[in-house]
Amino acid sequence: MTAVAALPGDAALFRARAAISAVADPEIPVLTLGDLGVIRGVAVAGDGVVEVTITPTYSGCPAMKVMELDLQLALAKAGFADARIKTVLAPAWTTDWLSAEGREKLRAYGIAPPVGKAAQGSSSRRALFGEEQAPACPLCGSGQTTKISEFGSTACKAQWRCKTCLEPFDAFKCI
Amino acid sequence: MSADAPLFTYCLRLADSALVLGHRLSEWTAYAPTLEEDIAIANLALDLIGQARLFYDYAGKIEGQGRDEDALAYLRDDRDYMNLLLVEQPNGDFAVTMMRQFLYAAFAVPYLAALTRSKDETLAAIAAKAEKEMAYHLRHAGEWVIRLGDGTEESHARAQAALDDLAIYIDEFFEVDAVEQSLIDAGIAPDPASVRSAFEATLAHVLGEATLARPAVRTGQSGGRKGLHTEHLGHLLAEMQVLHRAHPGANW
Ligand SMILES: [Zn+2]
Repeated sequence: MTAVAALPGDAALFRARAAISAVADPEIPVLTLGDLGVIRGVAVAGDGVVEVTITPTYSGCPAMKVMELDLQLALAKAGFADARIKTVLAPAWTTDWLSAEGREKLRAYGIAPPVGKAAQGSSSRRALFGEEQAPACPLCGSGQTTKISEFGSTACKAQWRCKTCLEPFDAFKCI
Repeated sequence: MSADAPLFTYCLRLADSALVLGHRLSEWTAYAPTLEEDIAIANLALDLIGQARLFYDYAGKIEGQGRDEDALAYLRDDRDYMNLLLVEQPNGDFAVTMMRQFLYAAFAVPYLAALTRSKDETLAAIAAKAEKEMAYHLRHAGEWVIRLGDGTEESHARAQAALDDLAIYIDEFFEVDAVEQSLIDAGIAPDPASVRSAFEATLAHVLGEATLARPAVRTGQSGGRKGLHTEHLGHLLAEMQVLHRAHPGANW
């Protein structure tokens, strides 16, 4: 393996980006962390160390620690044993950060992607006790779906059921 | 008192309320009335404990004495805890738990929304995350309050009893002492009075649909911010802290 310290900055950066590009969300493995939108930056810091900046999804998301470890491991394998993972809170992650590709992967995996925009002040942010936009069934595409529970198998999902094909499914919460 | 002392105290207050309520909710795990609700309550607990960690972490950095989130959560006694009295109240029946959650969230949502405009960037960032989560809590608990209040005779009676029991803790949300006033003046903490109308509107809407009557409260209970708690907090902390105190610095 090439001694990474010897690589010029751009090459190191390219290699670090490539190394983490395949790191998957530990709870929804069809998504990469990039698809999920939690990677905010990859840079070579002043001291020459690669620094990856991430942001948490939910405050109490238990997967954050695993994400950090997985990133660290992928970077170590690519020769960046001393890479740092930095966490930033602002701007807060919302489902608006999910990539278009990520949304398509979710649907193909059987999870309905979030409906509408989540950002504060966004016109489609759901009113507190207002009607919720129903997600389309990821299995048959029907719009006739009904909510079973606001909370699902992980912090980021709710449980829904399709009235057409009768299958239950997970839907990504719009938050 | 150093210049940062009020900010440290304020962060601890926010953290303590979130942690104590999160711990209370975690007591429902594996006992909730349905599987969906079990999962829901565990998720609510996780959100709150996550928010508490962010506030503790920041408090530890402000203090600068090397205390981390664990030291602040596990190695302080009840007199040092500054949570709101509401959140330490026992779970009671399901109606009590949902009413407690509803009242807290009805305050937390507008309060945290105001905190996102804090001049302190870290507090604003934590609030931006927490506010979105608490909006979910408010919707979930609010829907339950309506379902229980406007449900059977039995569920209505229990929901009304829960509200009657917990209403005395509402006024404490809006109390401001010298510590908080200095932060309000500095544009760091929101004035809770500024969110009272939003809180009242939420209560009027939900309690109205739930056909529940707001009891008249002559003197609200308070003291949590000064470390004066109901007997329940000591028991909660004993259970929450025992492992860490028996095995200091344990890691796994
Ligand atoms: Zn279907």
